[in-house]
Amino acid sequence: MSALETRTDAQAAIAAATRPRRWGFWYVAEHRFRVMRSYTGTVVVAGIGSPVLYLYALGVGLATIVDASGTTIGGVSYLVFVAPALLASAGITAATEEFSYPVFLGYKWNPTFTGIHSSPITPHQIVDGVIVSVVVRLTVNMVLFYLLMLVFGAVPSATGFLAILAGLLGGLAFGTMLMSYTSTLEDDTGQIAMVMRFIVLPMTLFSGTFFPLAQFPLWLQWIGWISPLWHSTELARVATYGYAEPVWLTAVHVLVLVGLAVFGWVLSRRIAVRRLEK
Amino acid sequence: MPEPVIVARDLVKTYGELSAVDGISFEVAAGESFGLLGPNGAGKSTTMRMVGAVSTRTSGELSILGLDPDGSGPEIRSQLGVVPQADNLDTELRVRENLLVYGRYFGLPRRQVAARADELLAFAQLEDKGKAKVDALSGGMKRRLTIARALINDPRILLLDEPTTGLDPQARHVLWDRLFRLKEQGTTLLLTRHYMDEAEQLCDRLVVVDKGVIMAEGTPAELIRRYSTREVLEVRFGSDRNAAVAEQLHGIGERVEVLPDRILVYTDSGEADLVRITEAGLRPVTSLVRRSSLEDVFLRLTGRSLIE
Repeated sequence: MSALETRTDAQAAIAAATRPRRWGFWYVAEHRFRVMRSYTGTVVVAGIGSPVLYLYALGVGLATIVDASGTTIGGVSYLVFVAPALLASAGITAATEEFSYPVFLGYKWNPTFTGIHSSPITPHQIVDGVIVSVVVRLTVNMVLFYLLMLVFGAVPSATGFLAILAGLLGGLAFGTMLMSYTSTLEDDTGQIAMVMRFIVLPMTLFSGTFFPLAQFPLWLQWIGWISPLWHSTELARVATYGYAEPVWLTAVHVLVLVGLAVFGWVLSRRIAVRRLEK
Repeated sequence: MPEPVIVARDLVKTYGELSAVDGISFEVAAGESFGLLGPNGAGKSTTMRMVGAVSTRTSGELSILGLDPDGSGPEIRSQLGVVPQADNLDTELRVRENLLVYGRYFGLPRRQVAARADELLAFAQLEDKGKAKVDALSGGMKRRLTIARALINDPRILLLDEPTTGLDPQARHVLWDRLFRLKEQGTTLLLTRHYMDEAEQLCDRLVVVDKGVIMAEGTPAELIRRYSTREVLEVRFGSDRNAAVAEQLHGIGERVEVLPDRILVYTDSGEADLVRITEAGLRPVTSLVRRSSLEDVFLRLTGRSLIE
């Protein structure tokens, strides 16, 4: 009788865990969406406002000087050249927002991850859920950006919409690596701000965003080669205006970005297990 | 005796050189309220985390509801409610939202979670706070919300790690009242305390833990009977005189314990001993006769006070 009771307990537990085992990552994403809802305003205003500002200032304003000098970059106007880079850069910025403080917060300041882990959800599912939620947010950002590029007439090529994917990949490649870093932080004594200042900002300057990477001497170009932003920018350019580069190089961009994203993802999962199950 | 829902045998957890839990064994029956009493750092929280299937044991056996936490973590956690030592509510969400998102983690349908959330807000006396921000709640309210959250899945076992620490007496009273109700409903409770107060009445059985090992096990009454006297006479002579006066108390009570701020005389009749002390010409600054508590049991077992 008593053995039967125990078996029933165990069976009840097994039945109750079936859905969380399968859908746990999605429940975490739902939680994140609810939190994001509290700053939907910021996401939308920034998601529309900042592309408009940048596209106007650089693609229209600065472009008058660049185009007037009669030089074109690869035969396209400056707006067409800079717009896909701005999209890629916006992807990285949004990913940085989501994978820095919110992750550190979940582990440390307001340890919601510990709370979530007390339920049937596993550390892997927490990481997966956070990433899935950011994929959704990034997609919204990238689609908005792309639509505004259309409005500005910055997309001559029919394959332009693929730039959305390029921006998404770039954001994930940088974002998951950043997540694995912020997951290890025990205290924030300015490390996250340093990342913004000394990694994100220089990356934007040295990734062929505002002018081609080839303008730099070779000894500085390596920054671009290892920068997810450069790979994402180049991919977006191929998509929006058929930027001419060897097919193998396009493949390299995709491989580097996917590789970094997967690496950062796996690393973040491992750190989550180590940190939450110690 | 029903089959135990928690079985721990020689449970060990080491962090590098440090052993936080050093061979703990206990069983908890369904519907029982079981306490882990001990000072901070005794290994209670680590034990709770292992029972809560969020920390892997270094060695020993552990079975929760007939399942091994190694490999069946999600299954076990689906049947648990956990009230951690420090609240980890999501302060970016509103009060009711905290319950809504948490219920989903157990795979419960939205409608069911919403209904349950309202019931629990009532249970936690937070009906009119549903839309409030978590940070706007008082400490006691946050604690109640954490307990409400832990109950969202109607758990078989509720784990409470220092549930009333840092609460004012009134908030504690409300909290204990809620815990007694859960006990009446047949929920198995496992709780840790470093201070025994009301828990003495709530726990059917408890173990005294110190330095990662179990010092004693029994019902609160049993432990007091076994390790202490019926009454305790507390006398204070001023911190500089206590030790000297204690020398002169030989033969009074069964045992005398000197603490920095007071002397404890373990006796079956505190009043009678107090008379003997004053008759001996010793004039305590203050005196108090009280019943023995688990605090005294702990002092006897370890030579140390629970709260230091």
